[in-house]
Amino acid sequence: MPISFELSEGSQVAQSHYRQVALDQMRPISRRYDLAEHQLPREWVDYWWNEGRWGPKGKTAAANDGFVTICLQAEQLCWGDAGLYLRMPTPALGGSAVSAAGTKEQQAKFMAGFREVAGQPIWGAMAITEPQAGSDAAAIETTAEFDPATEEWILNGTKIFCTAGEGASTAAGGFVVVWATLDKSAGRAAIKSFVVPAGTQGMQLIGCEKKLGIRASDTATLRFDDCRVPKDHLLGRAEVKKHDSNKTGDSSRDKGFKGAMATFDASRPIVAAMATGVGRAALEFLIEELARQGIRIRYDTPPRERTAIERDVIEMEAELQAARLLTWRAAWMMNKGKANNLEASMAKAKAGLAVTKITQKAVQILGPVGYSKKLLVEKWMRDAKINDIYEGTQQINQLIVARRILDYSSALLR
Amino acid sequence: MIDFEPSEEQALIIETVHQFAENEIRPKGRETDESGTPPASVLSAAHELGLIANGLPESEGGGGARSALTGALIAEELGWGDMALALAILSPGLVGFPVADHGSPALRKQILPGLLGPSFVPGALAIVEPRFDFDVFHPQTAAKRDGDAYLLEGRKCLVPWLADGRHVVVIAAENGALAGFVVARDAQGLVASPEQNMGLCGLPTAELALEGVRVPADNRLAATDAELRRLIERGRIAIAATAIGTARAAFEVARDYAKQRETFGQPIATRQAIAFKLADMAIEIDGARLLVWEAAAALDAGEDAARRVRLAQDQTARITLTVADSAVQIFGGHGYIRDYLPEMHLRNLAGLASFEGLALV
Repeated sequence: MPISFELSEGSQVAQSHYRQVALDQMRPISRRYDLAEHQLPREWVDYWWNEGRWGPKGKTAAANDGFVTICLQAEQLCWGDAGLYLRMPTPALGGSAVSAAGTKEQQAKFMAGFREVAGQPIWGAMAITEPQAGSDAAAIETTAEFDPATEEWILNGTKIFCTAGEGASTAAGGFVVVWATLDKSAGRAAIKSFVVPAGTQGMQLIGCEKKLGIRASDTATLRFDDCRVPKDHLLGRAEVKKHDSNKTGDSSRDKGFKGAMATFDASRPIVAAMATGVGRAALEFLIEELARQGIRIRYDTPPRERTAIERDVIEMEAELQAARLLTWRAAWMMNKGKANNLEASMAKAKAGLAVTKITQKAVQILGPVGYSKKLLVEKWMRDAKINDIYEGTQQINQLIVARRILDYSSALLR
Repeated sequence: MIDFEPSEEQALIIETVHQFAENEIRPKGRETDESGTPPASVLSAAHELGLIANGLPESEGGGGARSALTGALIAEELGWGDMALALAILSPGLVGFPVADHGSPALRKQILPGLLGPSFVPGALAIVEPRFDFDVFHPQTAAKRDGDAYLLEGRKCLVPWLADGRHVVVIAAENGALAGFVVARDAQGLVASPEQNMGLCGLPTAELALEGVRVPADNRLAATDAELRRLIERGRIAIAATAIGTARAAFEVARDYAKQRETFGQPIATRQAIAFKLADMAIEIDGARLLVWEAAAALDAGEDAARRVRLAQDQTARITLTVADSAVQIFGGHGYIRDYLPEMHLRNLAGLASFEGLALV
């Protein structure tokens, strides 16, 4: 296939389908659940569980663009509402971890609930961050200890910033994938991930964070006190290779940590797509609002004759499109089975910063109108900012890009 | 279907042009910038690659493989070699493509065989005018019908003016609409003064005074205002792609320098202040390249590409200048010295927003 920017028919159908879902199901309740922080958006969750998750079924059997189509879905739904998108009953990052690191048996076991047609909505989540360890995931302190008597793992520690953590820890059938260390002295090689089913004794939901934006999303703190899970709930292998310490920075033989980190190569393009959705919501609204005021953006005017608003809007459009295309490239590489660690971080770094600036500029240009809660623009600005933080901050993604382009290990460039 | 992989044929072209850029263009870039004269050996070697001939129509003896996207891929590799030499090498297309697209049969017969012949024949396109408020779509240079001819009046600048060129395509306003004219370089009333600019010093350019230049009616391109706008858009994509290549070169030399230059016992590339700057350069180059490709693909598909071309052109102008400036900064004092490439990259990219019609795809 030559270079092409034409979406396949399946993608086009998905794109218009999810735009309609965003318009009909999300936008009307967007403000309500921004204000009612932590309240379960019942109508949205039920819609997604009963109908939304089956996609544009019956509308097309045409081929789509694989991962690019998933990005299109994320962009459209976050154009609708990023907080509600994160509250959808799906396996989410927990599912990605099980898919990336789990055996076939583990995948069948843990994902089954999400394929059930009937039943109540359930969630998946991933718990990595701790009060003292965010981007530096190798420094986590939650422990996992094996009890040979019962053949169980015993988890102890506290996890914060766990997206969908309330749903995943409490609604029976869902699960939280928890990162923990088997041996603090062994560095990243000893870090493993464990599937903890919702309702497991010893896993306690402490509460949800009050946030700047994405307030419909349940960002949970979870405590693990002698929380026991069966032996086969460890994803991947239990062995720890001691020689692989933090000091060498060489994790090439360590599939466990690398495997877990590889989850980010798949999730970063999606986060970049989500960011693009929020940015586009603000930019589209801005252009429409300007049009209502009789201001049309002229694309054929020489730079020095443009108004300040035209200059800003054209730059915002170019930045948004650059972010989107970098995102599609990273996603397309996954379709091709190409290693996309560099490209995924490029997309995430670009999109996170671009939409942060785009939404802030939209508020600025619209003045008191942009600042008012009568409209959603101020919310989009608050929602957008998280995209430059989670799934690796701007700086972490710059670090990953820098290591790749310089061919430096994590020991050489910290 | 979304795809970011060049076709096999395009991959082969990229590889061929990249090798040419590495072996023939890059080694001559700096000395050409100082001398102001592109080496004839490089131009004729490039001519033998058939890059322009390949894009001219088969009916005229060309390869018939005209594509804005493939052209962008070629232009990026040439620009990676050296921006001024890239534009010199691409200059035959400035006459060749407009004449092939819109020239009368007689005009095509008069001009195209020369471009497809054994030796390099440079071309020229006169679009830009020497005023700060120049508007590419509304030139002040005017064309008036006079019997069986047109009279051209006005001033142009940044017109590639290589030795042994024969024709220049002049874009003028005729009754408020864009019109294009193929003018002999030795036409009466056409005075060309060599220019001195901050950058692109290896590309000879001229400021043109057109004082009642009489052009036979048959030399008016049969192109509408819309078609000439499309031509200008193709030029913007060609220039943007060339600039992306130049920015990529700036990024690469800065990256390599940062890995070998040490401060306090460590390469400066191990410092986040430098490493993150390099990361940003790489990200912005890739992002702008994709905008250029998308706009080129839209041009190839015959879609209305005006907005996409505008975004690609603006983004490229903005980020390539930043990239070049970052490269100079990473080199520190050495970046300011003409022994190294970054200061040249910075000068070459600084005028990008004004470069209209310096290349076509």
